[in-house]
Amino acid sequence: MFNMMSIVPKIPVAEGVTDFVGWLTDTFSFLFDPIKVHFGNLMDFITESVLMNIPPLIFILLVAVIAFFLTGKKLGLAAFSIVGLWFIHNQGYWEEMMNTLTLVIVASLLSVIIGVPIGILMSKSKITETIFTPILDFMQTMPAFVYLIPAVAFFGIGMVPGVIASLIFATPPTIRFTNLGIRQVSGELVEAADAFGSTGAQKLFKVELPMARPTIMAGINQTVMLSLSMVVIASMIGAPGLGSEVLSALQRSQVGPGFVSGVGIVILAIVIDRMTQNLSKEKKANG
Amino acid sequence: MSIIEVKNLTKIFGKNTKQALKLLDNGHSKEEILKQTGSTVGVNRANFSVEEGEIFVIMGLSGSGKSTLVRLINRLIEPTGGNIYINGEDLAKMNKQELREVRRKKLSMVFQKFGLFPHRTVLENAAFGLEIQKVEKQEREEKAKKALELVGLGGYLDQKPGQLSGGMQQRVGLARALTNDPSVLLMDEAFSALDPLIRKEMQDELIHLQSKMKKTILFITHDLDEALRLGDRIALMRDGNIVQIGTPEEILVNPANDYVEKFVEDVDKSKIFTAQHIMKRPETIQIEKHGPRVALERMREEGISSILVTDKNRQLQGYVTAEAASQAVKSQNGDLKEIIKTDIPQVDKDTALQDIFSVIYDSQTPVAVVEEGKLLGIIVRGAVIAALAGEGEVENNV
Repeated sequence: MFNMMSIVPKIPVAEGVTDFVGWLTDTFSFLFDPIKVHFGNLMDFITESVLMNIPPLIFILLVAVIAFFLTGKKLGLAAFSIVGLWFIHNQGYWEEMMNTLTLVIVASLLSVIIGVPIGILMSKSKITETIFTPILDFMQTMPAFVYLIPAVAFFGIGMVPGVIASLIFATPPTIRFTNLGIRQVSGELVEAADAFGSTGAQKLFKVELPMARPTIMAGINQTVMLSLSMVVIASMIGAPGLGSEVLSALQRSQVGPGFVSGVGIVILAIVIDRMTQNLSKEKKANG
Repeated sequence: MSIIEVKNLTKIFGKNTKQALKLLDNGHSKEEILKQTGSTVGVNRANFSVEEGEIFVIMGLSGSGKSTLVRLINRLIEPTGGNIYINGEDLAKMNKQELREVRRKKLSMVFQKFGLFPHRTVLENAAFGLEIQKVEKQEREEKAKKALELVGLGGYLDQKPGQLSGGMQQRVGLARALTNDPSVLLMDEAFSALDPLIRKEMQDELIHLQSKMKKTILFITHDLDEALRLGDRIALMRDGNIVQIGTPEEILVNPANDYVEKFVEDVDKSKIFTAQHIMKRPETIQIEKHGPRVALERMREEGISSILVTDKNRQLQGYVTAEAASQAVKSQNGDLKEIIKTDIPQVDKDTALQDIFSVIYDSQTPVAVVEEGKLLGIIVRGAVIAALAGEGEVENNV
């Protein structure tokens, strides 16, 4: 009997992608290799020469002071930072934490640098929005392991492909929230900006971005948290940090060390989350 | 000189605007066009001009196209067809840059919900128009301060709009519009979001400011009382069409069609009509020429019991009753001055009907309407009652 389902032979999608990535790797190695080297060096520099050079006590106090002022001179977060960071140091995960921090900072910064302009473009044109929305869906739902493979192919193992993986996973909220924030600016305010003869750029920088800031900051907060949640996965391709401790504990089924390094990630997450949340609130109140 | 001139200004919302425009020109109705093309006619070939220093009110209910019309004038909404001449230059044909210049220098807008920037202070809001023209900070803040002082907000420079009441926020909106010293103010339902007392206060304020500034103001409203209070002329809109353009009196007295008539029938006419609308031509005698005999003769002719006396410059002197005149004739006292009475109530020609009512209620004689002592007319009780009854039988015979 004629089988309807086998009328089309299997389309060689997997082979095509493999070939394509292989071609990309070969063709653009002149681009990827310097990124791998310089970017890797930069991040090593941030971790080893900057963050690790700050004495732990000073670092903890610094974080506590920043937390104190960001939360509007309340003691809660400051106290939590002191205890939490001290605990991480006490457990011997200080350097790992710094590696994780570097990964999160660099990935988040890049996400914002890339995400905000794309979000602006999306808010300004229906066409851009239509093009980018499925791409963002793709980035957020495609299992991270899938794009770890080409990331390794392009950038080898270590911090750099970790950042790339974080970027893919963590940039969408910044883009989406920027787009949403600008689109939500009240029509009358946009009209007011136009009616007084603003150029597009003046309207964007003097009205739309300031009005959209709380929303954009919420998106950035999400981005930071998501890139933090990527550290365990990034450790599978050799990114050092708390994630790799979790991974190795998993591989050796050591419950205790796995728990401690997991708690380390949670502490870092809470401190960073509350700080970035308050960053948007504080700016709102003052500016 | 007309500062704004709008010719055949049309806005059609929808996809097939070209076809819809053709249908419109061929005289098809809004409904037919919607059926055939799926497009909605927002504003249908509006024609009007606004003179310099005039408050021109565009008035209509929601959905009448008035807000669209005002946005067509500064092209916040792109017109589908027609021309907008500001000082003779056609805005509809301008490129973006020229349009921006006109918006910066000549047209300012005040918004219904104020449209203030919540992240900026009152002063920064007021200075916005100059800021985007890249005027030096010091200069623009000086001008903004002046505008804010003009609207009575000199003491609130560093507040955020959110800290002010609605009426004060709209004053900021007004100051922002005045800071760049435009020739035309577009006010889109500027006072509609305010509660009635504040609204009235702002209307008075606007009239007061206007007497000093002499701007050309295009004022949009759905409130007929507001339109009648503010407007030098009013354009009434319905379904995207301008139904009638005229002074408040013209619209009230001679409604162009049933719609306008229905619209204005609920207006409190006692606030709108003034003495000059209901006064009659007075019967008078001249104090220099005429004596009691002539007075008596004239009263007999007209069948009235008293007659007004003026001098040769029509300055009102008083009145003479039939009784006094006939006694003077009998006693051979030829001088009118002996029998003239001066206790006649006088009102200005711009006195509102509601104020005349109390005057005439207490008075035994008719009320004289004067302008700087000069007699213009006379009001009898019957005329006031007829006008209040809204019979439309207002006599306009000066």
